[in-house]
Amino acid sequence: MAPEMVEPEASPHLHLDIDRTGQAAVPDDTGDPVFEVEDLNVYYGDFRAVQGATFTVYEHEITAMIGPSGCGKTTVLRCFNRMNDLIPTARVEGRLNFRNVPLYDPRVDPVEVRRRIGMVFQKPNPFPKSIYDNVAFGPRVTGMAKKKGDLDDIVERSLHRAALWDEVHDRMKDSALGLSGGQQQRLCIARAIAVDPDVLLMDEPCSALDPIATTRIEDLMQEIKDDYTIVIVTHNMQQAARISDRTAFFTAQLDSTTDQRSGLLVEYDRTETIFSNPSDERTENYVTGRFG
Amino acid sequence: MAKARLIGDRTSKVMVQAMERRAADVRGRVFQFSLLTTLLISLFIIGVLIADVMIDAWGLLTGRPGGFLSGTMRSLSDDPKLGVQQALVGTFWIAVFVAVLAFPIGIGAAIWLEEYAPRNRFTRFIELNIRNLAGVPSIVYGLLGLFLFVQSLGDLTGGKSIAAAGITLAILVLPIVIITAQEAIRAVPQGLKEGAYGVGATKWTMIRSQVLPYAAPGIFTGTLLSMSRGIGEAAPLLLVGAVSGRLGGNPGFFDLSAINAESFMAMPVIIVEWVQNSGRDPGFAEAAAAAIVVLLVFVILMNAAAILLRNHFEKKRG
Repeated sequence: MAPEMVEPEASPHLHLDIDRTGQAAVPDDTGDPVFEVEDLNVYYGDFRAVQGATFTVYEHEITAMIGPSGCGKTTVLRCFNRMNDLIPTARVEGRLNFRNVPLYDPRVDPVEVRRRIGMVFQKPNPFPKSIYDNVAFGPRVTGMAKKKGDLDDIVERSLHRAALWDEVHDRMKDSALGLSGGQQQRLCIARAIAVDPDVLLMDEPCSALDPIATTRIEDLMQEIKDDYTIVIVTHNMQQAARISDRTAFFTAQLDSTTDQRSGLLVEYDRTETIFSNPSDERTENYVTGRFG
Repeated sequence: MAKARLIGDRTSKVMVQAMERRAADVRGRVFQFSLLTTLLISLFIIGVLIADVMIDAWGLLTGRPGGFLSGTMRSLSDDPKLGVQQALVGTFWIAVFVAVLAFPIGIGAAIWLEEYAPRNRFTRFIELNIRNLAGVPSIVYGLLGLFLFVQSLGDLTGGKSIAAAGITLAILVLPIVIITAQEAIRAVPQGLKEGAYGVGATKWTMIRSQVLPYAAPGIFTGTLLSMSRGIGEAAPLLLVGAVSGRLGGNPGFFDLSAINAESFMAMPVIIVEWVQNSGRDPGFAEAAAAAIVVLLVFVILMNAAAILLRNHFEKKRG
């Protein structure tokens, strides 16, 4: 759309009807930086999926990444725990520090990175094992639990934390595949927090869930954000507005030299600012629903 | 009727006409019928084969089933001690060789190719060659076995022995084992792997805890089916030297010295042998048919084991 075609907006304010009452106000003092991203470029082979992203994720906040399909938000998320290493052609350039450690330094062990930076995936992916074994998997493989009693404690605590204990405590030996989609996703959250990570990455964790299950996950995120730092990718703008403290808006921009679309971070700010008073026109068009 | 009214001014009569079933879908029916015909043709041929063999073998198998299983090779078909004992022992031990050699090597190679190998021209070349090897005629493997395991490594294998034959057949089924195991491993959902990595699993832990349990049913079915195919092979065994003469009397079933003894017999070869004998002594045709039935039962038992194992691992994977 050519710029002159854009209708002048009478009010810059957004008309999303969002009830933010009852939610703790965003504190003015920000916590320590957890991820410092500077000029991050991600390539899949010759294709540049993300170009020059720069932003900072702060401790004990929920940071949302929004944007249309193909804008690179999931790619950026998967850099945070080096999950992109699993794609042979993926290449990451630029600076990406996790608590002052350059994540892509050759001396950094990706296994240790993933233990400290947990991940919840778009599609609930419980292991085809019992509920207990799903949660106990991480503590077992990372050697966290020395005794059986310790492991029981970790499993129970994680399930409590993920608001699933009451529903499953009497069938811990049952297969996790018998749970509903929302329960499976909470089980995956319990599995992720069982290894006591610093950060939780969530890749559209509610996109496969119904509204009730979605609400439960969102409530859960609010409850646990005091202990963790959460980065969430979401297609649902209302969700980003409801739960996040900061929002990064990405878009897919056509690169005229290569004729390929690559992801571009357009704007990063406090969520209220992004949704009510964005400084970039593209952000405004997106959050008001006129694009994407 | 009520539904039709939902759409604007369309009367129910028009709707009923529009929605009415058209003339029969002739082409679809013909296609469906021809598919069924192809299935029936295969079933018919198999049925005729089995019936033919069963009729020929009936007298011998019902007359003295135990004697036939424990009997040995004889020069006359009406010898009451005629039987397949040596051949059963040979085939059993060849199967053991295939299981012990081809399964671990093949599954290991498949894991490496799927999980560790870099995706480059070299590994693509290797995979292409494995696929080609799976299509090489079995007689070629027989030649390999003759030159390598009978002649060059004869001191180790004992020459024309069960060991040499077993190693040859293990190599024959190896490409098939690798390919089927690769396919089973490739079918493991990416989500499971990422879930394991996501909580700090190392590659090895991920493979052991997710890939292998999930792929196990497919791997076992594939490998055992490839073994069934392998032990039915006669051509390579003829080259590696399964012989009728100079066989010891009744080798015990678990007599390990028989493995590298300089003579052995196997089920497919005894069938060939007896069919040839039936020219001079028509009674051997009946013995050959009975041996075929014994081999069929052997293979069916192995396939049944494959199915049981698959079910067991499928239940375990939840």
